Amino acid sequence: MSTPLIELDHVSQVFTTRRGPISAVDDVSLTIEAGQVLCLVGESGSGKTTTAKMIAGLRPPTSGQMRYNGQNISGLSSSQQGDFRRAVQIVHQDPYSSLNPIRTVFQTLAAPLLKHKIVRNKPAAVKRAQELLELVGLTPGANFLNTYPHQLSGGQRQRVSVARALTLNPRVIVADEAVSMVDVSLRVSILNMLLQLRDELGVTFLFITHDLAIAKYFAWSGNIGVMYLGRLVEYGRTPTVIAAPQHPYTRALLAAIPEPDPELTRAKGAMPLRSADLPSLLNLPPGCTFHPRCPLIEAGLCDAVAPTLVPVGEDQFSSCHVIARERTGHIATRDAALAAD
Amino acid sequence: MKQAGTSNGAGGKPEDKLVFAAKDLVVEYRTRRGPVQAVRGVTFDVHRGEAIALIGESGSGKSTLGLALLRLLTKSGVVREGSVVYYGRDGFEVDVLALGKEELRHFRWQECAMVFQSALNALNPVLRVWDQLYDTVRAHRPGAHRSDVRAQAVKLLQLVQLDPERVLLAYPHELSGGMRQRVSIAMSLLLDPQLIILDEPTTALDILTQRTIIDVLLNLRRELGFAMIFISHDLTIAAELADRVATMYAGRIVEFGDVRDIFYNPKHPYTVGLLEAVPPISGDLVALKSIPGNPPNLLALPDGCKFHPRCPYATAACSQEDPPLRPVGNGHSAACIHTDQVQLHRETVEVAP
Amino acid sequence: MAQLVTAQSEVAGPNMLRRVGGGSVNFLRLMFHNKAGFIGFVVLVFIVLVAFLGPLFVPEDRNAHVNQIYQQPSAAHWLGTDYAGRDVLAQIVRGGRSILVVGLLAAGLTTIIAVVFGALSAYTGGWIDSIITGLADIVLTIPQLPLLAVLAAFISFKSAWQLAFIIAALGWPTLLRAIRAQVLSLREREYVEAAQALDLGTTHILFREILPNMLSYIAINFTIGMTGAIYAQIGLYFLGLAPLAGDNWGIMINIAYTRGAMFFKNSFWYIMAPVLAISILQLAIITMTRSLEDIFNPRLRQGE
Repeated sequence: MSTPLIELDHVSQVFTTRRGPISAVDDVSLTIEAGQVLCLVGESGSGKTTTAKMIAGLRPPTSGQMRYNGQNISGLSSSQQGDFRRAVQIVHQDPYSSLNPIRTVFQTLAAPLLKHKIVRNKPAAVKRAQELLELVGLTPGANFLNTYPHQLSGGQRQRVSVARALTLNPRVIVADEAVSMVDVSLRVSILNMLLQLRDELGVTFLFITHDLAIAKYFAWSGNIGVMYLGRLVEYGRTPTVIAAPQHPYTRALLAAIPEPDPELTRAKGAMPLRSADLPSLLNLPPGCTFHPRCPLIEAGLCDAVAPTLVPVGEDQFSSCHVIARERTGHIATRDAALAAD
Repeated sequence: MKQAGTSNGAGGKPEDKLVFAAKDLVVEYRTRRGPVQAVRGVTFDVHRGEAIALIGESGSGKSTLGLALLRLLTKSGVVREGSVVYYGRDGFEVDVLALGKEELRHFRWQECAMVFQSALNALNPVLRVWDQLYDTVRAHRPGAHRSDVRAQAVKLLQLVQLDPERVLLAYPHELSGGMRQRVSIAMSLLLDPQLIILDEPTTALDILTQRTIIDVLLNLRRELGFAMIFISHDLTIAAELADRVATMYAGRIVEFGDVRDIFYNPKHPYTVGLLEAVPPISGDLVALKSIPGNPPNLLALPDGCKFHPRCPYATAACSQEDPPLRPVGNGHSAACIHTDQVQLHRETVEVAP
Repeated sequence: MAQLVTAQSEVAGPNMLRRVGGGSVNFLRLMFHNKAGFIGFVVLVFIVLVAFLGPLFVPEDRNAHVNQIYQQPSAAHWLGTDYAGRDVLAQIVRGGRSILVVGLLAAGLTTIIAVVFGALSAYTGGWIDSIITGLADIVLTIPQLPLLAVLAAFISFKSAWQLAFIIAALGWPTLLRAIRAQVLSLREREYVEAAQALDLGTTHILFREILPNMLSYIAINFTIGMTGAIYAQIGLYFLGLAPLAGDNWGIMINIAYTRGAMFFKNSFWYIMAPVLAISILQLAIITMTRSLEDIFNPRLRQGE
């Protein structure tokens, strides 16, 4: 097994606010292999965007270790840290605010190309910018060079954002809800474009979304991680997680999503949760943070013992005590897993 | 008095009666670059207790249509042509576009209410929920008794799965987005309207919260029997809630029919395109397709059928005429000249484990 | 297979990088867009031309004509005469230049200080931010007029630069806070985050991403700063804190007032002319700002 490209080792991000510390990301560990596709799925407050920003190097973790190519990022020299930051690029959600409205597409693409000397001069920048635009499906590239963002549609803007992310030949692209604000009928072509970039350029993708159905489509050949209140509650190969979820939160999500099929969706049973309230990040419940809403709750266990991700099957991990015990005979803590081995 | 569709005159079942009918509605906006028609001739009707979904994406005109129905357009928007008729409980007919200010006020909350997308904007941040609910009722029914209003408020809040004791005393910022949306829905039902219009009721909400809103709406309709028009870009919510669905493109309804017809037997290429672009969560991995091209530019619409530049079934004839809605089945109509060829394809790429 | 979206190009025209405002023709067209703004612009241009070129044609009238004091407007003296029989119109024509020059200098200094330090303060944060905003707060709380009176005793306000400097020294905190607030908000924009991920550097981000987005804001604040500086000057002259030498509308008002022009029936124009001149100038500037917003709005470029 080669060294994973990016590793998160018990990484946390705690924000200090006036009202107290907020654990936006709590003890998350995951690995991203080169050329892989990983989806992080979660609702508001799940910490998926914060995790994405840490991976993109925009914000260092407050605890835990992040490694790039096996090396601890905080231990890197400042030029190596620059390399890391440039190797991971981000595509944002909102096509209306992710491009600078007063700069043309060319100016936006040329700035990184020239600054980091990817090209030598302006004519070379024009040529490369055109190539990049055509790579993301905006052909002929020359037509788009001198447009301002407001002259493009939402889908076109997102493509320009992807082109911008590609300027420094990154190893990883973090797409933070990259298609959520694009028309449904156009999303697929952008997703397919991203998958094609992976095939042709070997770029690794971290796709953040709240839409499990899109995650299923995009990351079918890769992995999916489900986050809740800053923790990873389930992780595994996408087809398995979708078909046979091993955490009650994942099950509740899957049951709650409407289908584009009236008969099917009206017959589909929702998984009722004990409470509809999302706890505040300032006041997290003890033990498993999902326990106040969980139908599988076992008093004394779930509200007392904090779970971690443990293997519950081939390439599948869950942090539910009850399900872990069902599948492996021990609850979802590291000690229990080690003791069982 | 014109009544279309399946309703008959006096003597028919109440649920067959019409509650709302829009005909040939044209809405125009004044922009810097000249007048733009956001809605270009929309005709549809709503029966008592029925749920209609208006589904469309950018440039479809669906939100403009929703606002126009209640005359909530901004100053730069104007209804150029068409009629909007509301049929009250006692059979009286109201020409919504001709209402005076006072009558419009009465109409707008007591007969027909609207729930907006951003629930934050609908609730006054400096008033507690109870004060707002009470003020709303009193504004429209000055003689209402406090205890009656409270009883009604408690009942409605319970129906939307909120704890009345806790919510009535809260300020909007103390409630989550989903809770505020539910309060908005309850508030819209305070005066017992016959019809509510919801603009993107579940957009920007989390999955679990969306599910609560959908369940709440289903439950409310069962209990209170009002009619509903909801506007969304999300087809799946139509699958959950709608009795009939209308898909809109470039300011027109391009297909209209029973929800099952629309999902299982769509006859307009745009509807087919939408369905083929939506990933189903259950089941196998299905090949998805985008609709090629860009959303319509209302300032520069193509000749003939507005969808034809993006349509896989387009022929030369399509650029000549903008087809009207033509019947293709029982209560099912589509605006396309090639409906006989249009078919929904669902290709499985990989079987789920 | 990904479907490549072919561009339905909405852009006409050659591939050429265009600058802000898109050239002079574009500038005039956008200025004309807003009728009120255009009128303001035209009036301002007229005043500037008169103020700078007028004195070349209108000679200074230094001689007192005692037999012609406070004459009504007539063919010989369009705005009448002053307390010493001198032509009021000549003084008006000659009196605009120094007001405009000082106003421009003061507004320019204030804007430069506010933009450079406000942007720096907002973007870097930390102790630099605390020091700069602290300083701004201190200057803001000092009552301006008493301070000016005190300073007048020590510093002479003779030259335009000195006047401009003192006005800017009192005016920068307000603009700095406004600029700082704008930069703070723009700093959180996603395109700034993308620029950080692309490692484009603080200089690039401030001067090419953030500040250009604020050009309309800065330009409008600059012009409003000019109106403030003009009023400040008038105030200084009126209170006698600045030396009363040379032709200047503010000086005219001071002299007219101290010479009791208000009490003479025919001296109405002597005091009203400069007042009106100043008011029209201020109005023109303020009205013109309406067009400024359009000029810096990227959505209005390229013939859309």
